Amino acid sequence: MIAYIGRRLLAAIPVLFGLSIIVFLIIAAIPGDPATAILGSYATPENVERLNRQLGLDRSLPEQYLVWIGNVLQGDFGRSYSLNRPVIDEVLERFRATLILAGTSLVLCSIFGLLAGIVSAVRQFGWADRIITFLVLIGISIPSFWLGLLLILVFAVDLRWLPASGMEAIYGGGGPLDLAKHLILPATTLAVVATGVIARMTRASMLEVLRQDYIRTARAKGLSERRVIYRHAFKAALVSVIPVIGIQAGFVLGGAVYIETVFQWPGIGDMLVKAISTRDVLLVQGGVFVVAASYVLFNLAADVVQAMFDPRLKP
Amino acid sequence: MSVAEETGEEAAPAAAARSSRPASWRLLANNRLAALGLVLLSLVVLVALAAPLLPLAPPDATAPAERLQRPLAAGHLLGTDHLGRDILSRLVWGTRISLAVGISASLIAAFFGSLIGLVAGYAGGRTDHLMMRGIDMLMAFPYILLALAIVAVLGPALLNALYAIAIVNIPFFARNIRGITLGLARRDFVEAAKLSGKGPIRVVATEIFPNVLPTIVIALSTTVGWMILETAGLSFLGLGAQPPQADLGSMLGEGRKLLFTAPYVSIIPGVMIFIIVMSINLLGDGIRDVLDPRLRSGALAHPSARTQVKRRKVPEMPAEQEGALDVVGLQTEFSIGRDVFRAVGGVDLRLGKEECLGLVGESGSGKSVTALSIASLVPSPPGAIVGGRVMREGRDVLEMRDGELRRLRGGEISMIFQDPLSSLHPLFTVGDQIAEAVRAHQPVSRAEAWAKAVDLLGAVQIPNPKERAKSYPHELSGGMRQRVAIAIALVNEPEVLIADEPTTALDVTVQAQVLKLLDDLRHEKHTAVLFITHDFGVVSEICERVAVMYAGRIVEMGRTEEVLDAPAHPYTRKLIDCVPLLDDPDRRLDAIEGLPPPLNRLPDGCAFAPRCPRAKPDCRAGDIPLGEVAPGRMARCLYPLVDDADAPADAPADTHADTHAEAGQ
Repeated sequence: MIAYIGRRLLAAIPVLFGLSIIVFLIIAAIPGDPATAILGSYATPENVERLNRQLGLDRSLPEQYLVWIGNVLQGDFGRSYSLNRPVIDEVLERFRATLILAGTSLVLCSIFGLLAGIVSAVRQFGWADRIITFLVLIGISIPSFWLGLLLILVFAVDLRWLPASGMEAIYGGGGPLDLAKHLILPATTLAVVATGVIARMTRASMLEVLRQDYIRTARAKGLSERRVIYRHAFKAALVSVIPVIGIQAGFVLGGAVYIETVFQWPGIGDMLVKAISTRDVLLVQGGVFVVAASYVLFNLAADVVQAMFDPRLKP
Repeated sequence: MSVAEETGEEAAPAAAARSSRPASWRLLANNRLAALGLVLLSLVVLVALAAPLLPLAPPDATAPAERLQRPLAAGHLLGTDHLGRDILSRLVWGTRISLAVGISASLIAAFFGSLIGLVAGYAGGRTDHLMMRGIDMLMAFPYILLALAIVAVLGPALLNALYAIAIVNIPFFARNIRGITLGLARRDFVEAAKLSGKGPIRVVATEIFPNVLPTIVIALSTTVGWMILETAGLSFLGLGAQPPQADLGSMLGEGRKLLFTAPYVSIIPGVMIFIIVMSINLLGDGIRDVLDPRLRSGALAHPSARTQVKRRKVPEMPAEQEGALDVVGLQTEFSIGRDVFRAVGGVDLRLGKEECLGLVGESGSGKSVTALSIASLVPSPPGAIVGGRVMREGRDVLEMRDGELRRLRGGEISMIFQDPLSSLHPLFTVGDQIAEAVRAHQPVSRAEAWAKAVDLLGAVQIPNPKERAKSYPHELSGGMRQRVAIAIALVNEPEVLIADEPTTALDVTVQAQVLKLLDDLRHEKHTAVLFITHDFGVVSEICERVAVMYAGRIVEMGRTEEVLDAPAHPYTRKLIDCVPLLDDPDRRLDAIEGLPPPLNRLPDGCAFAPRCPRAKPDCRAGDIPLGEVAPGRMARCLYPLVDDADAPADAPADTHADTHAEAGQ
């Protein structure tokens, strides 16, 4: 297993390398003078000059990349001009908030998606299946940012059960309970689409598995139907659903951009949107790189989990 | 042949053609949800297209005096926003923009993605490798994040949002199309086109592209809704449409600031996005069902724990049961669409205690369905048991409660299936799978069950059973796997073992070993065996009696030597003639001219009559009973071969050779 993880880590290196090139090109691709774009149109010529030197923009592109990646490997993504602090500090702080939100959502959508998919498959064409299929259709069609607004209207404005925005109460906030209260609405909203996708995939793959000969064998052995479904069929179906959950992690991370804006969650999505509006390109670059790199690592983890479930994948 | 039958014959294929190949359009219209999606979407698109012609207020005309009017206000059906602009008008014009942007993004993504996929898939080799690594790189990004990065570079604007969403969707198309192209590029018709001197561009355009098009359409139908949603999302964030221009997303984004005072300003455009995306998704699912039959095929087989029993004919409960298993008048059907396939059409079998009874027939003769019906393992729907009884120790298996049936399966009656690889669970060790069978029927601990599993692996002659128990099925050879399956079946010492072609999937040498093992074990454990096979060689080695099945019914039954030496039914005769060499059991049984009758259109009378050289008009007239032709010998034939004196003098000429062959016997 350790050898397998090691090999997967090695295989991730070229991906991370390619990723870094694309992220690096964000600056190079900006039309016009990047330094002016980064510092804003009111920057003094001296400052522009200094930044140009700092980023090595007067040198060739490959040289620029080497300078940049060298800095990145030391955790230096430059300085955000709009916040006037090191990009890495801001990014890590924000990313923590995003991980809390996206992580909770991923757990929610995995649990509910898998359960809904199983019930739907086992009761194929029954009432439960029809209701779930209908809910799934709504779930994958609903704009999450709009759903967020609706939930705020109902649960925060009308019922006053839950806070409408932020990560903790301004006065006397903090603590896990307060965080949980603030998490419920955004995490649920963010989980809806992914729940639908996972439920669909689980249903399809459960139906596929339930037709297999080894399920017939399990029944012929005299196992209880509960055991046939939850042990034999579900385990086999899970193997093909795990990669889907891995992909959904990407959608959840990306979808967090909307949800963080709607609920004013102090995460990296919220930061990116503001950075784009203020054209704080270094902040965008640092944020995108950190999120994308951690997504690569997450997918790697999903592969490892899949291999743990499926002995056929183990070399 | 009666007139009714003739017209029946005529009508049936026509109906089949209608039901199996309706026009795609009809299929789509038949799918009510897809039709609903189509109607909704058409309405939205029509209204959006007609926007300039509709009597709407100018969408950007501000009127501070009329600001924030609620829906249904005079002159403003959906109210006004914070600048007094008419929401209905803005909604229609915004829908126009959102649709245009979303659809354009989809088409751009589809065009470039398909192009990349076609080139990479057709060129193969290094071009393919290089292009696909680039695509992988794009896919390494969380979806929306990449779009954000692109907007960050280009700056917030509607057109830039369009490009961003298009670019992030290119990999999806590229990968799908490349996969299909790769397969097509090696096909014969493409090779032929190349040889005919067509250049690569023409080959791709005329030979490959038409075959790839359905995939592109499916991919488009599944992504276009998503892309409309995403472009709206970017506008919502303020990164797409810039004021005064407004699409649905930016309307929602602006309205959000008034969420607490005037929620309708943001709710209304959201409803519109939702309607658009949902109708596209409904339609897309419909299109996919029509164009991709693989996805639909799953709809047929319903995975249920036991076969449905809908008996039209229930024979009387036999007073006393002598055999280990008595099957009386068993009928099993499959209903697929409007067709009913009578796979088992009334089977009577008595399996004596400790007896081995062979059940022989061609594939499709109903022998496997008979076996599965006994344990209620026929998938329902489409399958259902529509008549008969399966008696076991005075109880009818078909009337058992779930718990009782569960104890029967794997306990008193166990089964071995044909393909040991697909019959074993790939993700559990073989020891685990045997131990599980033990614990399903015996109150023993995990450790005891495991010990028992190891013991049994030894008993089925697997070397080093202690280690082997920890192996997964894919780590074992075919023969080993079937030994494991035998171990699972025998671990609870069943009184009846149903073996459904247990040696067919194995190598010839391994076949003999497994057969011997099975024979030894059944004598040792006093198990009655119903042995299903198409191979008379195997039957003659281990079965005391044999029953021959044809088109869902038993046509002959008797002691093995007697049936093999002097078959009474012409079908048995033909079947034995197909296997002249016992050391070549793999020989295919295709030497009988003609095909078995389709099970959804069985002829009246003898089902073998159309292929039978001895058939007479009365063979086709009515039901022929399974009659005793000699003590212990049954045959379902009016002119059995046993008594040649009865052979029709006016036999058709083409049977001449056969009669000779029989005489020579």
